[in-house]
Amino acid sequence: MPDLPKILPLGDNAITVDFGNVISLELNQRVISLAEHLTMNPFPGFVEAVPAYSSLAIFYDTLTTRAAFPERESAFDAVRRIVSRIDVEDERSTESRLIEIPVDFGPNAALDLSDVADLGGLSTKDVVEIFTNATYRVFMLGFLPGFAYMGEVDERIAAPRRQAPRLKVPKGSVGIAGRQTGIYPLESPGGWQIIGRTDLELFTPEAEEPCMLRPGDNVRFVRRDQLQN
Amino acid sequence: MPLIIRKPGILTTVQDLGRTGARRFCINPCGVMDTTAARIANTLVGSDESSAVIETHFPAVELEFDADTTFAISGADFGAKLSRKSVRNWSVTKATAGDVLTFSKKGSGSRAYIAVHGGILCDGWLGSSSTNLAIGDSKLVAGDLIDCESGGVSKDLSAGLSLLPRYNRFPTVRIVAGPEFEFLTASSERTFLTDGFTLTNDCNRMGYRLSGKPVHLLHAREMVSAAVAFGTIQLLPDGQLIVLMADHQTSGGYPRIGNVISVDLPLLAQLGPNDGVSFQLVSVNEAEHLAQRFERELNYLRVGCKLQRQNAFDRS
Repeated sequence: MPDLPKILPLGDNAITVDFGNVISLELNQRVISLAEHLTMNPFPGFVEAVPAYSSLAIFYDTLTTRAAFPERESAFDAVRRIVSRIDVEDERSTESRLIEIPVDFGPNAALDLSDVADLGGLSTKDVVEIFTNATYRVFMLGFLPGFAYMGEVDERIAAPRRQAPRLKVPKGSVGIAGRQTGIYPLESPGGWQIIGRTDLELFTPEAEEPCMLRPGDNVRFVRRDQLQN
Repeated sequence: MPLIIRKPGILTTVQDLGRTGARRFCINPCGVMDTTAARIANTLVGSDESSAVIETHFPAVELEFDADTTFAISGADFGAKLSRKSVRNWSVTKATAGDVLTFSKKGSGSRAYIAVHGGILCDGWLGSSSTNLAIGDSKLVAGDLIDCESGGVSKDLSAGLSLLPRYNRFPTVRIVAGPEFEFLTASSERTFLTDGFTLTNDCNRMGYRLSGKPVHLLHAREMVSAAVAFGTIQLLPDGQLIVLMADHQTSGGYPRIGNVISVDLPLLAQLGPNDGVSFQLVSVNEAEHLAQRFERELNYLRVGCKLQRQNAFDRS
């Protein structure tokens, strides 16, 4: 029986459900399952569920929720009770999607590939090989619209962030920061070690679902030249 | 009929009550900093309270009305003048075609709102017209034409004093305890809740960096990234505080020791560098009560405006 999550207010129109302060696949799955459950079965006033690594924020319209549960002390109390009754252990989340991302690992795109190789005492070819051999999980979206925090990167290529962050990381850049990997959906300042670039649009503001990647997705990076062959 | 932006001012944007429902895509809501000011101004001009408005900082926007337009100004007092005649904040004003709206001096507050009858009409995305500067939406520039309806109500309406936020430069704002509040040392808890904090120059729509006596947790705490909200007070590693405002990111890795309650965010929204703030702890239940009371009062204004307009119409 896992520990009960901590349910605390995040202001007067949101709560946070905290499953533990660690990055773990199991906790992240509980977060995503709870988010899916609430999105499929919204309570009155529910606005949205926002997954993070090991916690879920639930936003609601305080007055609507309060009016719908007059027997409760507060909207917060009502939401807390609703959430604590949901048993995410029973919820088998919809099957994870597997998404392939074509990446150009050439020198014009892979700005820090040789640094990452040097740090690990590897060749650049080794780095690409190790990186593309693993499947990564999207733990959460953060930092920029559509920016997916993915893990875990093999220890041998888990380079720390750059000492001096770049003012402009090109759109589509694939980066490593420790055991995490991510793709910059837009040009942005950033300190991750850039080992390649993709042409895929990760963020389309006009779309109904504006972000290509969702928490819980599995991702594989594929060398673009190999795709074309 | 368009409004013509003659001078854009330092930072003037189109905002509504925010792009809610998209935080899960890591798209923060943005929206007006002072929701009370925007909602009251919209209500006065007979627009839906979630209609888009213009938010301007000082030096402020200068704009020309291309047709007769009903508008209201709220929030900061920047000495608004319509073709050189003073315009009162929190009241309905009628502009005739060719009138120019200017702001002459920085009185009190940091952000003023211009609401027009029918709302500012512009293309939105994900159900909102709020400007998201972080992803490349642009602020208004000279020569921009902004669509809005012409005409509208002419009845002289203003908001009652009881509804207006009690703006001042050193407010006490009420907070509810944040998820990491319980980890503060006893003396830091005292500092947080009794000492005042000063706003540094590093204050903008994303957040306000405060300076004051440092605050500490019992044990330094490595946090994995978790959700934050408008009004979240984060504790930085050096013991200083930052309050997240409308353009905040959706998650962060700093301890969240408090959240400013909804009804007091407008007080915060009107502060600027060198102003000060103190925090007072209240229960979530009380925060909800206060929000409910405010909604009731705003509803009185809404109904009142509607009735007065009806009367004006009946008599004409």
